[in-house]
Amino acid sequence: MKKLLTGDEAIARGLYEAGVSFASAYPGTPSTEILENVAKYDDMYAEWAPNEKVAMEAAIGASMSGVRSFAAMKMVGVNVAADPLFTFAYLGINGGFAFVSADDPGMHSSQNEQDNRNYAKFAKIAMFEPSDSQECIDMTKEAYKVSETYGVPVMIRMTTRVCHSKSLVEEQDRQEVPPVLYQKQREKMDAVPAISKKRRYVVEEREEKLKGYSEICPFNEVEMHDTKIGIVAAGAAYMYAKEVLGDQASYLKLGFTYPLPMQKIKAFADKVDELYVIEELDPFMEEQIRQAGIPCHGKDVIPKIDELNPNIVSAGVLKKEQHGVDVSDSCFVPRPPDLCAGCPHRGFFYELGKRKDTVMIGDIGCYALGGSAPLNAKDLAVCMGSAFSVAHGFSHGLQLSDQKKRVVACMGDSTFFHTGINSLTEVAYNGSNAICVILDNRITGMTGHQDNPGTGYNIKGEPATLIDVETVVKALGIKNVRTVNPLDLKAMKETLDWAFAIEEEPSVIITKWPCVLKKFSKEDKAQFNLDKTPCVVDRDTCIGCKKCLSTGCPALRYDSENKKSSIAQADCVGCTVCMQVCPVQAISRKGDK
Amino acid sequence: MSDVTSVLFVGVGGQGTILASKILTIGLIEHGYDVKMSEVHGMSQRGGSVSTQVRFGKKVYSPIIGEGSADILVSFEEMEAARYARFLKKGGKMVVNTTQIPSLPVLSGACQYPQGIIAELKKHVPVRDLDATKIATDLGNPKSANVVLLGALIEALGLHDIDWKSIIAKTVKPAFVDINLKAFDAGMAAARQ
Repeated sequence: MKKLLTGDEAIARGLYEAGVSFASAYPGTPSTEILENVAKYDDMYAEWAPNEKVAMEAAIGASMSGVRSFAAMKMVGVNVAADPLFTFAYLGINGGFAFVSADDPGMHSSQNEQDNRNYAKFAKIAMFEPSDSQECIDMTKEAYKVSETYGVPVMIRMTTRVCHSKSLVEEQDRQEVPPVLYQKQREKMDAVPAISKKRRYVVEEREEKLKGYSEICPFNEVEMHDTKIGIVAAGAAYMYAKEVLGDQASYLKLGFTYPLPMQKIKAFADKVDELYVIEELDPFMEEQIRQAGIPCHGKDVIPKIDELNPNIVSAGVLKKEQHGVDVSDSCFVPRPPDLCAGCPHRGFFYELGKRKDTVMIGDIGCYALGGSAPLNAKDLAVCMGSAFSVAHGFSHGLQLSDQKKRVVACMGDSTFFHTGINSLTEVAYNGSNAICVILDNRITGMTGHQDNPGTGYNIKGEPATLIDVETVVKALGIKNVRTVNPLDLKAMKETLDWAFAIEEEPSVIITKWPCVLKKFSKEDKAQFNLDKTPCVVDRDTCIGCKKCLSTGCPALRYDSENKKSSIAQADCVGCTVCMQVCPVQAISRKGDK
Repeated sequence: MSDVTSVLFVGVGGQGTILASKILTIGLIEHGYDVKMSEVHGMSQRGGSVSTQVRFGKKVYSPIIGEGSADILVSFEEMEAARYARFLKKGGKMVVNTTQIPSLPVLSGACQYPQGIIAELKKHVPVRDLDATKIATDLGNPKSANVVLLGALIEALGLHDIDWKSIIAKTVKPAFVDINLKAFDAGMAAARQ
């Protein structure tokens, strides 16, 4: 019986069927569900690593020990993991090794739109690009054969539409693979200059062999129909081209995309009148094909920016535009994402947003939403774990240029363990008066509630060593540390006042309250008062001042005709932030008055 | 290409568009169709505007559609129907929940929730508008509005030869089976009116 799986679920299935033993990842949209699904199989070891570099290194270690191993990450995670990856590409794998890079064309949930196919060429490794869930299973299994045959790390490059689209698959049984028992082989595993210099030649020889494999790889398939148009495409872009052009074009569908099968491409190009390379983002294949002296269309007709869809392919290749129902723009207004009703970050941002002469530096996570109106509590953000180090440099820059502002930086608990610890080490070691805030909501929030080193549980929900944020902060040498409940606005304000008064030293505030959407652990229930009784507005007392609306809580409603606020009872979880803000005590917990 | 039907679900993060599209896809697969479904996770789920696409037919290639390509648009919130209308084919149709959820710029007073949306939509395409949230609330659980809308969609698509009720019973949590079966019937009835 066929099953409908997302690409992420199918990768997990492929790993199971391929006999993979070890899998590590850091959560990141759109890759997160791969490891969540690996964790459901008893035959595979699965873990959340504190960051992508660690996940990559752990998987490298497992491969060197002799078992088939795997790592998964979103595309910006590969930047973090690039150091071990590039050198592992020189060394010998022992058990087969593959990792997923999940790219996000269109930036649905990412801070940039980098095309990680470039990493395969840069690191001189092999690359597969599945276009649907069945291929996610089949190519994962093939990736391990390629890895072991050619001694190469393999990248499985996915995109949001492959990761999060569901299509039908046939499942097969797991093939157990005996481990390649470890024997010391310094000459292929110890990255010191003398050894790497020799391995450097091996890398180039391997790439030539992989070119040969690419020519015969069963996933690089020619499909001949009408020969006026010839399409070279991989991944989701192939599906869009096939959808639009059907039998009006011939296809060279590529599943193994680095190194490219250049002879096959040349032979295909000779059979068609005009060759089109349809690819999302960079002209990765197009540039190599042109360099081989094969004329083609590519980025002259297909945009470099944003994800593709069938319409864009139609407009580029057939010059046919398609428009839908044209409703007046006055019928809708923006709907940006918002911190949830009851989000513990709201109290912190509400109090921070009121401060003058403050530069507010954010990070990657739900708290990225603190910058929107009405909270307006963010100036800038760069990448995972960067807030404290950027704040450190910013604080020094302000002092060096005699600008009188204070810097407040924030990141979540999972981001702190990711690379924020290094960032805070900079602040502690080199010293600056940046106010560093760790928004500890007891979970990894934005990616959908994954455990992390601070939660006390592992990926399988089993108890794990709990690494206490405050203890770590103090161990790094930060002397001024306070933990506060961010939903208690008075306490939150006083804590910020305290930190702003420390002008010569770093200070750390830990706001500690569980994410409202989290499945509370028994420790959460014991430690926090998680009463979800909603709040209500007394209409007679409400003066219509809209002060409550300045919290930006999505559970609030405002009746502009009668000038009264109200609270949607199905949405409110009783965090009481609006209640504390109301100047006339019109808001109370239901049943309290 | 022409034998593929494209359904676009739109709404606000947290409204249950994914569950409704999941029930739809299970039914379509059991009926022997090739099906692809695409959804986006992550940041937009936090109260933002969300969409899920379900495409079915003999053979489906692309999991997503561009503008002017949906045969039917199911909107879980009134204003979202207008936002995504450009994805609907000329000649397509809509099922719209008339419940209004103010977005953050509306709450903060930066703009007003638009008026006269349904009347504007009806100038362009056939619209089956219903207050699915009220129907579900009257039945006892506002959260089953998604299954009310699913019922209305199934009626609009004319997919009567699939046993939707057994699929709902298998898919939702046991405690919510009864309410969801009622919600499904109420949605079908509302779409027939």
